Amino acid sequence: MNVLLREDGLQPWADKKVAPQLCIRNVVKTFDGFTAVNDVSLDIYRGEFFSLLGGSGCGKTTLLRMLAGFEFPDRGGISVDGLDLLKLQPYERPLNMMFQNYALFPHMNVAKNIAFGLRNEGLGPDEIEKRVKKSLELVQLEAFAERKPNQLSGGQRQRVALARALVKRPTVLLLDEPLSALDKKLREATQFELINIQKQVGVTFIMVTHDQDEAMAMSTRIAVMDKGRVIQVGEPREIYEYPRSRFIATFIGSINLLEGPVVDCGADGSRVDCAQWGGPVRVAQDLTALSGHHVAIGVRPEKIRLARADEFAFTADNIADGVVKEIAYLGDSMLYRVQLPSGLLVKVAAQNLGVWFSADEPVRIGFDASAGVAIDK
Amino acid sequence: MSGEPIFSNAQTRSFGRFLTVAIPYAWFITFFLAPFLIVAKISLSTAATAIPPYEPLVGWADDGALVLTLHIANYKLIFSDSVYLIAYASSLRNAAVTVIFTLLLGYPLAYFIASRSAKWRAPLLMLVMMPFWTSFLIRVYAWIGILKPNGVINSTLIWLGVIDKPLEILNNQFSVYLGMVYAYLPFMVLPLYSHLEKMDWSLLEAANDLGARPARVFREVTLPLSMPGIVAGSLLVFIPAVGEYIIPTLLGGPDTLTIGAALWNEFFSNHDWPVASTVAVALVVLLVGPLMILQRQQGTGGHP
Amino acid sequence: MNAAQSRFLLVAMSVLALLFLYAPIVSIVIYSFNESQLVTVWSRFSTKWYAALLHDDQILRAARISIEVALLSATGATVLGTFAGYILSRFGRFPGRTLFSGLVMAPLVMPEIIMGISTLLLFVALEAAIGWPHRDIQTIVMAHITFATAFVAVVVQSRLSEIDVSIEEAAADLGARPLQVFFLVTLPLIAPALMSGFLLAFSLSLDDLVITSFVSGPSSTTLPMVIFSKVRLGLNPEINALGALIILFVGVIATIATFRTIFADWRGKRKVETATA
Repeated sequence: MNVLLREDGLQPWADKKVAPQLCIRNVVKTFDGFTAVNDVSLDIYRGEFFSLLGGSGCGKTTLLRMLAGFEFPDRGGISVDGLDLLKLQPYERPLNMMFQNYALFPHMNVAKNIAFGLRNEGLGPDEIEKRVKKSLELVQLEAFAERKPNQLSGGQRQRVALARALVKRPTVLLLDEPLSALDKKLREATQFELINIQKQVGVTFIMVTHDQDEAMAMSTRIAVMDKGRVIQVGEPREIYEYPRSRFIATFIGSINLLEGPVVDCGADGSRVDCAQWGGPVRVAQDLTALSGHHVAIGVRPEKIRLARADEFAFTADNIADGVVKEIAYLGDSMLYRVQLPSGLLVKVAAQNLGVWFSADEPVRIGFDASAGVAIDK
Repeated sequence: MSGEPIFSNAQTRSFGRFLTVAIPYAWFITFFLAPFLIVAKISLSTAATAIPPYEPLVGWADDGALVLTLHIANYKLIFSDSVYLIAYASSLRNAAVTVIFTLLLGYPLAYFIASRSAKWRAPLLMLVMMPFWTSFLIRVYAWIGILKPNGVINSTLIWLGVIDKPLEILNNQFSVYLGMVYAYLPFMVLPLYSHLEKMDWSLLEAANDLGARPARVFREVTLPLSMPGIVAGSLLVFIPAVGEYIIPTLLGGPDTLTIGAALWNEFFSNHDWPVASTVAVALVVLLVGPLMILQRQQGTGGHP
Repeated sequence: MNAAQSRFLLVAMSVLALLFLYAPIVSIVIYSFNESQLVTVWSRFSTKWYAALLHDDQILRAARISIEVALLSATGATVLGTFAGYILSRFGRFPGRTLFSGLVMAPLVMPEIIMGISTLLLFVALEAAIGWPHRDIQTIVMAHITFATAFVAVVVQSRLSEIDVSIEEAAADLGARPLQVFFLVTLPLIAPALMSGFLLAFSLSLDDLVITSFVSGPSSTTLPMVIFSKVRLGLNPEINALGALIILFVGVIATIATFRTIFADWRGKRKVETATA
């Protein structure tokens, strides 16, 4: 997961003096008694690539559609650059959307599709032609201006949809699952292309996706949604390293959860009594506030080291012995499930360095106190 | 046993298939296609006091020779007698007016139904189709009671003081148009609905999102995309409307002249089967064009 | 015009169109209970025209013939229409397909008067050549089957197009022979469409005047023929009562046929909703 990709120093959300560009305040939307979006508030800053991440039915698309103006919230407010969006119809809003299946007009060619939105802006035909040409260059489709959408490949259609929305020079671009209709290889290439285009045009992107890898790779920040609520907002690394709940911990990536009461805590670290692990588990965090509470220690599989029991080759704050039960060969890495004496299966990911373990082989596993994160919800 | 695989003949498998196609095919050739040929044949004969009431085309001459007699007098008649020409013209006009008004009335209705959520579409569509299921004859007849001088409309308007003597809205061209628009409306709504319902509605949102106001969205996106439905609906109304008999007969006036009535009268009143057949052939020829367009459209753009 | 105004206009136009469709139906039902002989002048509530109807032998005989014809034609049209719809949606390309679909679909739009005269001339020619058929119920049924089949075929074809072909392929893969696939898998799946196709064919047959007038014989006068001969002479209170009864009869059948599927639809959706919520 490429969490470093977006580390270009842009962190306006950390700066209290910068005002957000887009404010969503306590927005609620219900359909026939079903609460699709439940009291959501978000601040999104100029130039961000912001992702709404969640499973189907979590409310992310409804939220996006309220920004575009296709749905109106029951309660709450939405503003962009100080402009109250709820007073505006979709065709009056300075935001544009890239639709999930692109929604290209089948009866118009590529150039006409792109020009469609410009023809409302009172521009002369020369100006329209110029802007269409420029945006075709941006997405490298100059040669396809006369084609109809059904004569284009999936990737080309996606780029037309992007050009059609960007040519309007929106202040915010909304992307509804922009990559979901592409196959895997093309998806990866397009991720980078989207990021580059976003940097070129400097427009705020808000993307809805159910794909955590996509969100991690592309976003400056991610809002994870579940059952209509935003349950955590943060940079990709923050969300991966410090998930605030079991839901997020298990939803984003893979994780081992070691359960037990907090027995010993202080500024230099805490201990959680985990019977499944076979003893106390040390973590670097100060868990004084949770003293005596039942918590789960989350440990990512790639942070657990693994060695043959008879050639113990590492030191770690937490160590346990077990037996390899399941092996998955992934090429770049190996995924093992190691069974501890308590019966607990621990997922361990090991880089493929040429050292392989076989089933039923006794092994020792271990991780440092800094690798575990306490989750109390 | 040799290792060479044995391939069976694909023909054996397709015998059942052949039979499945052959049965309905035979039916339609016998009861739909062949009759047209017979009509064409009889249109070349002349009327006679006989059973059946026309002269056979093929007969034996006195010297024993086989004689084939073809009369084209019937065709000369319907192309020279102004009664037939007027009847054709007014039937075409009736059908065209019906198409225009069913479209104006049916499009908003079809659009409205297609834009409802899935659970409301079926009951609403049902509401449109219900009248189509109930007796056509009775429904057309009911308009007489509504439109006649002391009927529902006139009594109400007089009672309200809007008019002091009844409007003449029955047994004239107006009542024929009204009845035809009424009867053919469902034929327009159904194809329009099925095309609008299949339309990708996110296209309308996309147009909206790109700054187009409702009127422009309709003109540049909805209308072009529903064009196949408009064509299908118009043909489904136009073709049968040209030959409509019942509505002009019940709601029309003494000067209402249609091709349907002309054919009916030749057949039932004058017992001139050959002339009736000629009128029918001329009508079919007139409708071949629209029928072919409909067939092509149903085969390609109609069901994407 | 803004969005709210255009929405209002749309609803208003739709309501207007629906009122237009129902006005004559409502008026005929109301006037069927009018005691006055003067049909459109309301005097007082009465059911006497319904009583008169029950003693009108001509109408009762015609009604019996019409129902008999409609049952036979609807059965025939359902069988033939299922064949035709199945062929059109599942057989792909075969020699003569274009002609076939043209033949099946043309009766949907062909003016009835043309079908009436041509079918009659066929029967006359056949009778002259081989002594069959005599013009009576059987000729009406054959003519009705021919035009009603098109409607059944459309209903069946559209239902089949909604059904995933892979379901039938799965049955074949599991060892069902083509006929078994059809009877065990396809037919149960399109059964609702067959039902509505049958009812549609039934009501079309019950309703037909023009074609029937051509092909019927002296002993087989159907209900629409009797109605037509009466209403040509002007308004008739007995016909109001008969019309109301036909509307009720067909309306109930149509309601049962479609509302069953609608309600099944609604229940099904609710189940899915509760399952995913």
